[in-house]
Amino acid sequence: MHNSEEFRIPIGPQHPALKEPEGFSVALKGEKILGVDIRLGYNHRGIEKAAEERSYIQDIYLIERVCGICSHSHSTCFVQTVEEIAGLTVPARALYIRTIIAELERVHSHLLWLGVAGHEIGFDTLLMYSWRDREVVMDILALVTGNRVNYGMNTIGGVRRDISLQQAQEILKAMDILEERTKYYIEVATNETTIIKRLSGVGVLSREDVLLLDAVGPTARASGVKRDVRVDDPYAAYGELTFNVITDDHCDVYGRTVVRVKELLESYKIIRQALKNLPAGPIAIRAPRKIPAGEALGRYEAPRGEDVHYVKSNGTEKPERVKIRAPTLANVQAVKHMLRDRFLADMPIVVAAIDPCFSCTDRMVRLAEQGSDKSKIISWPSLHAYSIEWHKKQGIDFSELNKKLAARLAR
Amino acid sequence: MLGELFYIFIFPGFIFLIIFSLTAEFIDRKIYARLQNRVGPPWFQPWADFIKLLAKEDIVPAESNPKMFKVAPIFALAAAISAFLYIPLWKTDALFSFNGDLIVVLYLLTLPTLAFFIGGWYSTSLYSRIGSVRCMTQLFAYEVPLFMGILSSALLADSWSLKGIAVFYMAHPWFWLFNLAGFSVSLISLLGKLEKVPFDIPEAETEVVAGAFTEYSGRMLAFLRMTLDIELVTGSALLALVFFPFALNVHPALGFVIFMIKILFIVSLIALLRTVVARLRIDQMIDFCWKFLVPLAATQLLLNLMLKGMFLR
Repeated sequence: MHNSEEFRIPIGPQHPALKEPEGFSVALKGEKILGVDIRLGYNHRGIEKAAEERSYIQDIYLIERVCGICSHSHSTCFVQTVEEIAGLTVPARALYIRTIIAELERVHSHLLWLGVAGHEIGFDTLLMYSWRDREVVMDILALVTGNRVNYGMNTIGGVRRDISLQQAQEILKAMDILEERTKYYIEVATNETTIIKRLSGVGVLSREDVLLLDAVGPTARASGVKRDVRVDDPYAAYGELTFNVITDDHCDVYGRTVVRVKELLESYKIIRQALKNLPAGPIAIRAPRKIPAGEALGRYEAPRGEDVHYVKSNGTEKPERVKIRAPTLANVQAVKHMLRDRFLADMPIVVAAIDPCFSCTDRMVRLAEQGSDKSKIISWPSLHAYSIEWHKKQGIDFSELNKKLAARLAR
Repeated sequence: MLGELFYIFIFPGFIFLIIFSLTAEFIDRKIYARLQNRVGPPWFQPWADFIKLLAKEDIVPAESNPKMFKVAPIFALAAAISAFLYIPLWKTDALFSFNGDLIVVLYLLTLPTLAFFIGGWYSTSLYSRIGSVRCMTQLFAYEVPLFMGILSSALLADSWSLKGIAVFYMAHPWFWLFNLAGFSVSLISLLGKLEKVPFDIPEAETEVVAGAFTEYSGRMLAFLRMTLDIELVTGSALLALVFFPFALNVHPALGFVIFMIKILFIVSLIALLRTVVARLRIDQMIDFCWKFLVPLAATQLLLNLMLKGMFLR
C-alpha cells in the first residue's frame, strides 16, 4: 500500500460495522475515500411474491416481518392501504391505539439507533446506556402487545388488543423515566467533545441534495427539509394531535443525531396526548374476507422515513400484487454522495446515520460475472424459471404434482 | 545463578507477570463493564480466553510471509516481558539495573508496536495493512509526548536510571507533586500505546475489523493479546514508579503491596478514561497529540528545569 496508489477495500457483505449483509466497495487513497460502490441484493427474501400467495389476514403477519425494528410501521401501512381499497372506516379508538404503538416503536427505534451510532464511533458506553434505557420501552411494548417486536396489533379494520386504564398508567410512568433520560442524552450529545468531533461536518448532505436525491425521514429533516408524512398526509390519529416536526440545519451526522434525539421528546408528547384523548368505543370492525377489486398506495412515517406500500386487489381473498418500498431505499443513494472525499473512519457512522435497514430494502437479484464488473438484473419470470430449473437439477420436481393439482382444480 | 533464574521465570518475572497482567485485564474489563452498567466478566474470564485461544488452530494466510507472520507475536511478547524486569517492584532496586535503563524500558515498550506493524503488514490482508499503517502513524504521534512526560520527571531527578529516580524522590519527598502535568500527558499517551479508546484507531473494529490482528488466530493471537496485557501492566508500573515515587523504603512486603495498588490505580484510571470518550479519527488524534500534549509536556520540562535551578543546586 503505497500512498500514491489507489486500492479498493470491501466493507461487507460481512463486516463488523454492518448488522446486515450489504456490499460497499470503497476506493481508497491512503485514508481518503475516492468513491464508493454500493451493491444491494444480498438478502432477497421474496416477501412480495409470498404475499401474493397468502390471504390478506396472513399477509399482515408476513409483512410485519419485513423489518425487525419497524414491524408495526409495515403492518400499519399495509392494513391502511387495504382498508382504503375496501372502504372501511376504522373506529377512532383503534386509530389512537395504532398511533400509540407507532410512537412507542419510534422511541425504541431511535434509542436503538443512538446506541448503534455510539458503537460506530467507538463510544460503547453510549451503546450500553441507551440500550439499557431502551429496555423500558421494550417492556412497555411487551406489556401492551404481548411481544417485544412483531407486535401483531393490527388487523384489517382495527387493532387486536385494547389498552386498559392500568396499562395507560404504566405507559405514562415509563414516559417520565424516558424523558428524563433523553434530556440527559441531549446534554451528552451537545457537550462531549469527542462525540462532536466525530459527528459534526461528517456526511454532509445539503438541502438541495436532499431534494435532488429524495432522501426521507430524519436524514431529510436534518438538512432543513420539513418532510414528515404524519403532517403532510395525516393518517391514524395524527391529524388530531399537536406536535412539532423537528428539523435541523447542521446537514451532517450531528444534525441527524440531534433530530432523532429531539424527536424522542416529541414522541413522548404524542403518546401522552393520545392516552389522554383516547376515545371510548370498539377497537375493530368486521372486515370482509374478500377485498373488492381496486388498488391503493399507502404512505406511513416509519422511524427511518417514509414507508410506501402499494396493494392491488382482484376481488379474491389474496392480493394480486404487493409492493413495498422501505425508507432505506430512498436514503441509500445519498450515502454515496455523503462519503465523497471523506475518511475511511467516517464510513461506518455515515452509513449508520441513515439508520439503514438493508434486509427490508432488498428486492432484486443482480448477477455479477466473477472477476469482471459486468452485471445484469434478472426479471421475476426468468428468476422463477431459473428456480424451477435449479430445483429440478437437485432432484426436486413439482411439475407432476402441479399437473395433478391443476387437474383436481379443473374438476 | 539459580536465584536469578527464579527471578526471571517465576517471581517477579514470567509466571508472576502473566498472572498479574491477566488480573489487570480482568480489573480493567470489570471496571469498564460496571461503569457501563453491565455485570462484567468473572475473574477467570481472561484466563479462559487465553487458554481457549491457545487450544485453537493457528491459521497462516497463504498470501502472507509465514516467517514474519509467525515471528512478530513472539517478538512482541518477549520485548514486553523483558521491559518489566527493569522496573523496581518493592524497593528502589530492580532485578537488573544500570544507568540508562529508563531508556531501555521505553525502547522495549516501543518494540511491540513495531512487531504489530510487521505482523500486520506481512499478513497482506487489506484490513491488516491499513491497521498496521495506522499503528505506525499513531506511534509518531504519541511517542514524543510520552517520552517528554517521563523524561521530565527523570530530568528533575537528574538520573536516567529507574533506581536513580527512585532514590532521588525518596530523598526529596513531595517533589513528585510537581510532575502531575507530565503524568496526565504520559497517561493519555499510554492509551495510544495500548490501543485503547479514544486511540484504538489501529484496531477500530467498525472500520478495519481488527486492524493488524485481523488475520491472526489461535496461539499467535493469544500471544498478541497477552502482549497488550503485559504492556498495560508494564506501562502502568513505569508510570507508577516515575510519577508516584513514595513508600519505596518501607518493609519489602508492604512496599510490594503499595506498588501493586499504585499500578492498579493507573489501570483503573485507564478504564475510566476509555469509558467516557469516543474514538477519534487518526488526523484528529495526531492534531491532539502535537497541538495539545506536546506543548503541555514542554511546559512540564520547562517547569522542572526551573525547579532544578531554584531548589536543587
